[in-house]
Amino acid sequence: MTDYHEMWAGLGLDLKTHDMLLEIVGNGYNDVFLSQKNRPKGMEYFDFVMSEVHGLRIKELLDAKAEGRKVIGTFCVFVPEELVLAVNGVCVGLCAGAEFGFEEAEKFLPRNTCSLIKSAFGFKLGKVCPYIESSDMIVGENTCDGKKKAYESYKDIVDNLYVMDLPQMKSPEGRALLKAEYKKFAQKLEEISGKKITVESLKHGIEIANNKRKAIKRLSALRSADLAPISGLDGLLANQIFFYDDPIRYTNSVNALCDELETRIKEGIGVFPKNTARILVSGCPMAVPNWKLPFIVENSNAVIVGEEMCTGERGTQNLVEVKGNTVDELIDSIVDRYFQIDCAVFTPNPGRLDHIKKMVKEYKADGVLHYGLQFCQPYQMESKVLEKELEKAGIPVLLIETDYSQEDAGQIKTRVDAFIERIKD
Amino acid sequence: MISAGIDIGSRTIKLVLIEGTKVLEIRKAENSFDTLKICRDLLRGLNYSQITATGYGRRLFEEHFPCNVISEIKAFALGAKSVLPTCRTILDIGGQDTKVISLDEKGKLRKFEMNDKCAAGTGRFLEIMAMSLRFTLEEFGSKAMEADEFVSINSMCTVFAESEVVSMLARGADRAQVAKGIHQSIVTRSIALLKRLEIENDILFAGGVAFNKCIVHLLEKQLQKKIYIHQDPQIIGALGAALNIIPDK
Repeated sequence: MTDYHEMWAGLGLDLKTHDMLLEIVGNGYNDVFLSQKNRPKGMEYFDFVMSEVHGLRIKELLDAKAEGRKVIGTFCVFVPEELVLAVNGVCVGLCAGAEFGFEEAEKFLPRNTCSLIKSAFGFKLGKVCPYIESSDMIVGENTCDGKKKAYESYKDIVDNLYVMDLPQMKSPEGRALLKAEYKKFAQKLEEISGKKITVESLKHGIEIANNKRKAIKRLSALRSADLAPISGLDGLLANQIFFYDDPIRYTNSVNALCDELETRIKEGIGVFPKNTARILVSGCPMAVPNWKLPFIVENSNAVIVGEEMCTGERGTQNLVEVKGNTVDELIDSIVDRYFQIDCAVFTPNPGRLDHIKKMVKEYKADGVLHYGLQFCQPYQMESKVLEKELEKAGIPVLLIETDYSQEDAGQIKTRVDAFIERIKD
Repeated sequence: MISAGIDIGSRTIKLVLIEGTKVLEIRKAENSFDTLKICRDLLRGLNYSQITATGYGRRLFEEHFPCNVISEIKAFALGAKSVLPTCRTILDIGGQDTKVISLDEKGKLRKFEMNDKCAAGTGRFLEIMAMSLRFTLEEFGSKAMEADEFVSINSMCTVFAESEVVSMLARGADRAQVAKGIHQSIVTRSIALLKRLEIENDILFAGGVAFNKCIVHLLEKQLQKKIYIHQDPQIIGALGAALNIIPDK
């Protein structure tokens, strides 16, 4: 293994704490992922990516920077990667999936702030996220009130925050706002990169991002096989790495994995026995290394067959359909795609229920597990309505409210066990 | 065939032995730091063809004894159906958690809810409150029952409620009225949990807290419904586990 300490020191990381964090995440990864039986060989690539997530990938980012490319750190699926790619930039998701540095974060945030937001602060304040430190610009976005207000304080701890406004209603005015924001963002990218977005560069960016989405869509479709060819944990991992990896290499690796899964399906090879309970997970995003709930589910005689989450199909569904031949028209095409995202910050948000129902059918799920982060108002509020509507449609639902701590694992396990018994009886 | 069920709860471990629907043996022991030893002691001298474990210690048990495992929810559903075939709603208040379970006409598990991660409003909460009022657990319920009025307790957190009780007593509040207030707060909380599901008749109240007459009385009064209690409400989970008979084993 290469020693990256010098690189990390150069980024200003707190080496001692960072070593500790890597050890914990590494051990967690071994327990959660490497202990799985019968994994597809194609997952080895993703294991490698994870083992080098703070190493080789960061070196790649730094190399890209040395070539004059800009690294854009993001927290949300509303940030259009196409535009970043159009200025030859690199788009990366930022760390927000572990209970780390919460005491420090609570100097800025009320205690009843969701774990995701606290984590984004904790990683920065604890100086343990090389992605934050490598970013030339960090993009915040006005989604929920928690994030929106938190960025006001985040500005004080990072010096390169750019805040993007987002609409809250799917109206013509909302769409116009999104377009205006994307144009502003495009301009900002041109400014910091010194590169002009052209029809050609934007089409190229659109193609790269679309190919990535097509690959993950292909993977999702394969998970609908009666004998699940891949675990939900590995499926989630592929969705999580979507945000970090080099997009072209990622696309190729997902496609290679899919080739293997197609063979598995033909040969009748699965990771769980036939008739294992099939669960669709829906709700808040699960950022690396947040694997708590899927780990419990898949160790309770159930398999997760899909994720209706930002780290899942909510974030990756729909392609940009290229309509037009000017940069402005292409931005319109991009807006059309992103404006369909069924995030719970929108009101009303009926598309999400339809999408969940569609996913249940497509992936032959027996039930829906709604994952709500504690204090996440938009998703918690929607969960009640979703539960009622889905149950009415004959789809069993279990609502789980939790955070990044491990202390409620036992209680969650009991609920999940009972839910699976309910489905299977 | 003789079948056993063991319900490893946070406070008490319950064991039931049945043949068909006939209960042959009931054993109970307080749980401690050495759960496995207590399980072994409880099982000593018993013969059975199969055993099913439930309760929060079920996984630990599974690692050391050949057994089947089911969740408490399923165990209570099975147990309740057997002692009260018309049962549609189950309230279980155990040592560290409260759950409500809704069954369909056939007794099949329909929906369930559980309390949040802390032990507020559970058996443990009652124990600690009884202690801070210097009551035995038996006296606690009966004294509360005798009080004609109650002092309202606002805190549901065990730690905060305890200090609230201490300061109430310091202000000269009547001990029995405070006791009743504590019972009332548990009932309010349980009803809120029940209302998340549809409360349909018949209702079975299970778990150790169902021994407490004052809770039962207040529940019936507030729900305006009859509540059924088995002669030994503590064993419903273990009985349900014993009834979880897996063929070919």
